[in-house]
Amino acid sequence: MSGSRALYEQVILDHNKNPRNFKVIEDADRKIEGFNPLCGDHFTVFLKLDGTTISDIGIQGAGCAIAKSSASIMSSILKGKSVDEAKELFDRFHAMVTSAPDAPLDEAALGKLAVFSGVREYPIRIKCATLAWHALLAALQGENQQVSTE
Amino acid sequence: MATVHTPSMEPATVRRAFDVERVRRDFPILEVRHGGRPIVYLDNAATTQKPRHVIETIQRYYTRENANIHRGVHYLSQVATDHYERAREQIARFLGATVGCEIVFTRGATEGINLIAQTYGRKFIGPGDEILISHMEHHSNIVPWQMLCEEKGSKLRVVPITDDGELDMDAFGRLLNARTKIVSIGHVSNALGTVNPVRAIIDAAHAAGAIAVVDGAQSAPHMPVNIHAMGCDFFVCSGHKMYGPTGIGVLYGKVEHLEKMPPYQGGGDMVLSVTFEKTTFNILPHKYEAGTPHIEGVIGLGATVDYLNDIGMDAIAEYEQNLTRHGTQLLEEIPGLRLIGTARDKAGILSFTLDGVHPHDIGQLLDEDGVAIRVGHHCAQPVMQRFGVPATARASLAFYNTKEELDTLAAGIRRVQKVFA
Repeated sequence: MSGSRALYEQVILDHNKNPRNFKVIEDADRKIEGFNPLCGDHFTVFLKLDGTTISDIGIQGAGCAIAKSSASIMSSILKGKSVDEAKELFDRFHAMVTSAPDAPLDEAALGKLAVFSGVREYPIRIKCATLAWHALLAALQGENQQVSTE
Repeated sequence: MATVHTPSMEPATVRRAFDVERVRRDFPILEVRHGGRPIVYLDNAATTQKPRHVIETIQRYYTRENANIHRGVHYLSQVATDHYERAREQIARFLGATVGCEIVFTRGATEGINLIAQTYGRKFIGPGDEILISHMEHHSNIVPWQMLCEEKGSKLRVVPITDDGELDMDAFGRLLNARTKIVSIGHVSNALGTVNPVRAIIDAAHAAGAIAVVDGAQSAPHMPVNIHAMGCDFFVCSGHKMYGPTGIGVLYGKVEHLEKMPPYQGGGDMVLSVTFEKTTFNILPHKYEAGTPHIEGVIGLGATVDYLNDIGMDAIAEYEQNLTRHGTQLLEEIPGLRLIGTARDKAGILSFTLDGVHPHDIGQLLDEDGVAIRVGHHCAQPVMQRFGVPATARASLAFYNTKEELDTLAAGIRRVQKVFA
């Protein structure tokens, strides 16, 4: 596979079609919306915290396949992680999608997130892949305003 | 010019039938291949490709004719000035305006509307006055008026559109009233393709005592335009959307308005005499062209209308209509595809959404087939809101596109559906 077909890995298409944890958490401890004004994509991240551990996560919103699957995959790996671990994952993911297309991938450290390495070929799609993650980071930092990619 | 298209055996006065393969050879960029495939360029509402004649004219200007205009006594300056002013005449004739004084060069349609708002608008619009636009306008025909209304305490009113993307003319009639001072309407919608009944709108505006502004950014490249027959007070268009250079646009204004309006910018070339006590502004149209203009752009745009005249705007419009019908039919056959904008009178713009697939993903996968379309809100967010979609995919046509290219588009869309099935 090459080009866009490589961008749309089967895992991405699957999460786009059957997104995980797409639910509202009524009694969420943190709730924040990420918005990309350029394309109108928006995802709200709901977090339930047990001390410093993420005990539950919910996602609501709409966007392209990259944004939606990224939100879904993010939600699927965060449950049970500590706030610090989640922040570290954000850094690792962000560094990966913004790295050069031919930079080596630390697949062991990235795990499932490595499927988004194709995004590096398409700089315009980086904001799609990171939209929900930016909302997550803001929620972890205790902010309560909408975050925008712009 | 005739030599570009007419073989020496044939008299130049005989216009031949439109031949798409022949015109395609005039556009060098259509030879570019990407990933082993020819590029199917269907993003013409964003910008159009440039014929060789335009590219060569600009190259000749820089290699043989470059000098500043309107000020030199030397040979090159005279040549550059002659070509610049001849281009103004060619463009005036092309758009059906009076040669000379009615054509002002701008950076594009956007600057044209801003110029009208900042000069005519600031002088003649006051508190309580109303400016009437439509729900299908490009942001460039919304924001300059909002800024003016904000400053003057006047009111922006919006004519609604129907589910087909046509202007609601009954509502237009109700919204137009004695307080309406400006009616500003797009000739062709960039997001929907709707061709608006500008003649009827202009007549109604005049009957109500308002002036009429027509945004011709999407009409001038695709159909014959005759401003005097249309009767509008102002008309704007962009060079790069009509196969000409970027950074150059045309503002037409009735002389009676251009005479009364204050200048847009001050500087060189727009003055007759300057002392620290008093400055006398230049005559039309130079009063509105401060500083050294986009000489290359103007001369290139002159070459563009020369080229378009040689093919004939009637022939271009007829060919594009056939192409639009073919494309519409192909897209309508695709299950799960929703066309946004189905007006009876429509230009070559095919905006659509696909069930279950975001427009950005459509555009990304079509790029893989070499098909270039635009995805997003097309600088017309109110249109997206009206149709309840965040964005659309948009294929926009030009006379160098072919039915086979539209077949490639349709096949590409079906492949996108398979990937996302």
